[in-house]
Amino acid sequence: MSEDLGLWAVPIAMLGGAIRVSTPFLFVSLGECLTERSGRINLGLEGTLVFGAMAGYAIAFETGSPWVGVLAAAIAGAVFGLFHGWICRFRGVNDIAMGIALMLLGIGLAFFFGKSYVQPIAPDLPAIPFGWWSDIPQVQAALQINALFVVGVVLAFAMAWFFKNAALGLRIRVVGDSTEAARAIGVNPDGIRLWSTAAGGALAGIGGAYLSLYYPGSWNEGISSGQGLMAVALVIFARWNPVMCLAAALLFGAAGAIGPALQTVGVTSGYYLFFAAPYVLTLALLILTSTPGKAQEGAPGELSITK
Amino acid sequence: MTRISRRTLLASTGAVAATSLLPQTALAADELTVGFIYVGPKDDFGYNQAHAEGAAAVKAMDGVKVVEEENVPETVDVQSSMESMINFDGVKLLFPTSFGYFDPHILDIAPKHEGVRFQHAAGLWSADKHPTNVGSYFGYIGMGQYLNGITAGHATKTKKIGFVAAKPIPQVLLNINSFLLGARQVDPEITCQVIFTGEWSLAVKEAEATNALADQGCDVITCHVDGPKVVMETAAARDALICGYHANQSPLAPEKYLTGAEWNWAGVYTGMVKTAMEGGTIDNFVRGGLADGFIKMSPLGPAVSDAARKQYDATKAKIMAGGFAAIKGPLKDNAGNVIAAAGQSFVEDDIALESMDYLVEGVIGSTS
Repeated sequence: MSEDLGLWAVPIAMLGGAIRVSTPFLFVSLGECLTERSGRINLGLEGTLVFGAMAGYAIAFETGSPWVGVLAAAIAGAVFGLFHGWICRFRGVNDIAMGIALMLLGIGLAFFFGKSYVQPIAPDLPAIPFGWWSDIPQVQAALQINALFVVGVVLAFAMAWFFKNAALGLRIRVVGDSTEAARAIGVNPDGIRLWSTAAGGALAGIGGAYLSLYYPGSWNEGISSGQGLMAVALVIFARWNPVMCLAAALLFGAAGAIGPALQTVGVTSGYYLFFAAPYVLTLALLILTSTPGKAQEGAPGELSITK
Repeated sequence: MTRISRRTLLASTGAVAATSLLPQTALAADELTVGFIYVGPKDDFGYNQAHAEGAAAVKAMDGVKVVEEENVPETVDVQSSMESMINFDGVKLLFPTSFGYFDPHILDIAPKHEGVRFQHAAGLWSADKHPTNVGSYFGYIGMGQYLNGITAGHATKTKKIGFVAAKPIPQVLLNINSFLLGARQVDPEITCQVIFTGEWSLAVKEAEATNALADQGCDVITCHVDGPKVVMETAAARDALICGYHANQSPLAPEKYLTGAEWNWAGVYTGMVKTAMEGGTIDNFVRGGLADGFIKMSPLGPAVSDAARKQYDATKAKIMAGGFAAIKGPLKDNAGNVIAAAGQSFVEDDIALESMDYLVEGVIGSTS
């Protein structure tokens, strides 16, 4: 069935882990990137992710189609985003506090409505076997790639192009950097932020659907274990650059696979330490890439944390 | 997740006052209120579901009221849950079902509530150390994993079987060791790769661990985590055969499911509640196995061969007859230390098994 790969098993597992685990990080961080570029923070995406996972699973089970589930998760995420965007446009509303409230609301609602969907088995999203060229089953397994991952990768590059070249992308950046400047050139900051937050929520919802419909592929209350929060932090790490969000998500996924993979090749002691690898790696990279003078480089000027 | 409920809020403020006000009646009463506390959701296809099925049987009894709370972490949260069940719901018999609730949480609360009985699953209660209103009960589910291992030993082609484990506590180690020793009854060349995830419930890590086992060529996989659903589905998707744990997971992948070791709490719980209602005393230390109806096996799946079925049935009959030992000499652990000399054996009810801290020879993994 499988060949013994010795130590090669670790990099192959990391490759597989990067592809399997990174997708939710990728979608949530792209969503947050879009929202923050418009000058707003949405910390509620963890709640949106969990609710999206529940909604996607429930709708996929009811309709029998995982893609309808993904669509439902996106719509649910967009509704959460619209709600956040709508509340935050009122004077004096703190978007960080609102985001935390929304996170708790999303998780609570997901647990409430998801109660009856823990047991049923919903159809999974299909995977595309990109490993056909290899005879090694481990490589074939690592390269079972879900369509959503491909969409996420394309989206990361498309979003980078969009921010740089498209008229709407430029407007979003202006709104994010200076509300006054945006008003001066006749752009409505509230409208842009509202829809950026909604789109960001929709992306986080899709990330949730990936969790429940593909990997690990079932709905339960512990499905996210804080991935939505980490993805929001990844945006800062990625300096608000969509392509860097992709790199960060891949890195996080790969680092997460180190712990289990090392145990299989005989490095069995100290696994708690290896499980901390993603966080250690993030800390190390943050320290390495930031110098005191340019710590906030790339940060939108209107963000409540940088103002 | 922090849960701020009426229960936790009131418990912290009102607990002290309420204890002195409420009359401390004996356990025997016309109506008995029984409390169940779970560490995860009640329908997790696993540990908590097995306990909740037992609680449902208690609920059906006359004159019994059941209060339940799920998703209670093994922190000071469980103390508030217990306090509020006792002070506000009038619970006289408590089943805090998770391993980590025992020390220090139950041990802290129990001396303050003499009239309340605390029944803890898996805890190591001992008469000289712990309060008398605390009891511990558990089943010898390692025997179930031993039987799982026999079906796995027949089914494996790569001679490698895999185990996704949460934490290296004695009960988990006994399950891992039993699973391999069962398989080694079929072929002594078989090895078992274990991966610890470090937490009772961590879906993504469990899926990654299962994939890592499949990558290493393990073709029969079982687990000891709270909700085995993710492990079972991921293993089946990687074309590995599966052995269940805690509850019957065969609906998840009927073709791949060999058999499974399940809890059978309904009879145990209704028995204890009945004793309490009649004014009797529940033993502080209750254990039972397959023969006592504490555990049961899932029906054998279609992938179990005739030879496997035969050996499985024969071994099961021996276990039912009593006195069977899975851990017997000559046996070494996987670091080379002697566990049992030739002729020495640890029968299923041997208390020494409940402080197991080793993995036997042939298990690839380490306890720390």
